Amino acid sequence: MSRRYDSRTTMFSPEGRLYQVEYAMEAIGNAGTCLGILAKDGILLACEKRITNKLLDEIFETEKLYRLSPNMVCSVAGITSDANTLVNELRLIAQRYQLNYQESMPCEQLVASMCDVKQAYTQFGGKRPFGVSLLYAGWDHHFGLQLYQSDPSGNYSGWKATCIGANNAQAISSLDSDYKSDMSLQEAIPLAIKVMYKIMDQNKLTAEKLEIATVTRTDEGTTEMTIIPRETVAELITKREQEIAQETQK
Amino acid sequence: MDFCIGIRGNDFVLLCEDMNAAQSIMLHKQDHEKMLDLNDHLLMTRTGNLGDGVQCAEFLQKNIQLYQIRNGYEMRSSAAAHYIRKYLADTLRSREPLEVNLLLGAYDVISNTPQLYYMDYLGSMATAPFCAHGYGAMFATSILDMYYHPGISVDEAIGILNKCIKELKKRLIINFSKFNVKVVDKDGIHKLPTISVEDGIHTH
Repeated sequence: MSRRYDSRTTMFSPEGRLYQVEYAMEAIGNAGTCLGILAKDGILLACEKRITNKLLDEIFETEKLYRLSPNMVCSVAGITSDANTLVNELRLIAQRYQLNYQESMPCEQLVASMCDVKQAYTQFGGKRPFGVSLLYAGWDHHFGLQLYQSDPSGNYSGWKATCIGANNAQAISSLDSDYKSDMSLQEAIPLAIKVMYKIMDQNKLTAEKLEIATVTRTDEGTTEMTIIPRETVAELITKREQEIAQETQK
Repeated sequence: MDFCIGIRGNDFVLLCEDMNAAQSIMLHKQDHEKMLDLNDHLLMTRTGNLGDGVQCAEFLQKNIQLYQIRNGYEMRSSAAAHYIRKYLADTLRSREPLEVNLLLGAYDVISNTPQLYYMDYLGSMATAPFCAHGYGAMFATSILDMYYHPGISVDEAIGILNKCIKELKKRLIINFSKFNVKVVDKDGIHKLPTISVEDGIHTH
């Protein structure tokens, strides 16, 4: 293998690959899953929590969900410390725009700006890329509700439903068959549970391990992130388990 | 030494400027257009230093166009106004401050409202139903106070404009011969007939 081209983040291999970028994506493939679904009345983000030690003090409400600006929220998968740096930078970018234009930064512009930063780490500077993929959920007056995904290469795209982290390929193929374009949030939530249940080790899916939030637009013209209470998540998981039991009986 | 005026109606903003290009006592040109279209729904006029005015206006126009090309949609009028104001405020304390006072007439296509912004060279900004810059503003504002009413039509606005110009001809020491008039509405920016002051006020 062309190991000689590994350590230099900014060098192509003879086959035309950037190994460091690929290794970064490998790191994310072992991280907690994040699922995003764009419904007509909101966006659903479901995340698998990896840090579930009882001794942990719950200072932050969420482990993997962050508010970036008045109109955008993101979830992360990958190296947590890298993720913190990126979220900080995203918040700065959003506020700088707000300082200049006195309006919330449109979603795609924020994602694209951040991705330009990430791309720089794959081309020059000699520093390794960020080992984080992000799902961005937000609203703006140009395109309404939007869901974006970005990865260490600095590439991004808009999605109706997508997944990052461990078993994301399996999740995406599952979403492929079950997602319907005019879904409502009420239909998306059980779908997310269904997919998470399938890809996570079935014995281990509990409400403590899931963080589910909806991003919706209120009548007052604000964008709110509502975290679904643990009891509700537990009920939904139980419901799914019953459905599976019924299906296997048939 | 120059003059510009803006009047906002229910669904349009009218901007008018004098067409003199003068430096000290020399009048270079009497048919000089200073008004610039920043994008399809943003019209800007100015008073002050001629060179600074051109630099400022063209720089802003190009940046607003770049935003549109990069993002696929126009910069929203309120965003543009704040962007322009911040530009004036930033240059104020860095290199040579720009000696330009601006009037920005805009039509916001998202909320379907016309907006008129008054900015001065120190980076202050205000929205108003009518406003003016220059010595002529002292006369024009009084006339507008008297005759302006909300929901004014374009023709009524031009009528008030003619009253202002008549007053300027009578009482302002500066001689303006022609006035450039443009209006911005939901369909974009339209040029109206130039108002000429020789031998009474008439339009071309």
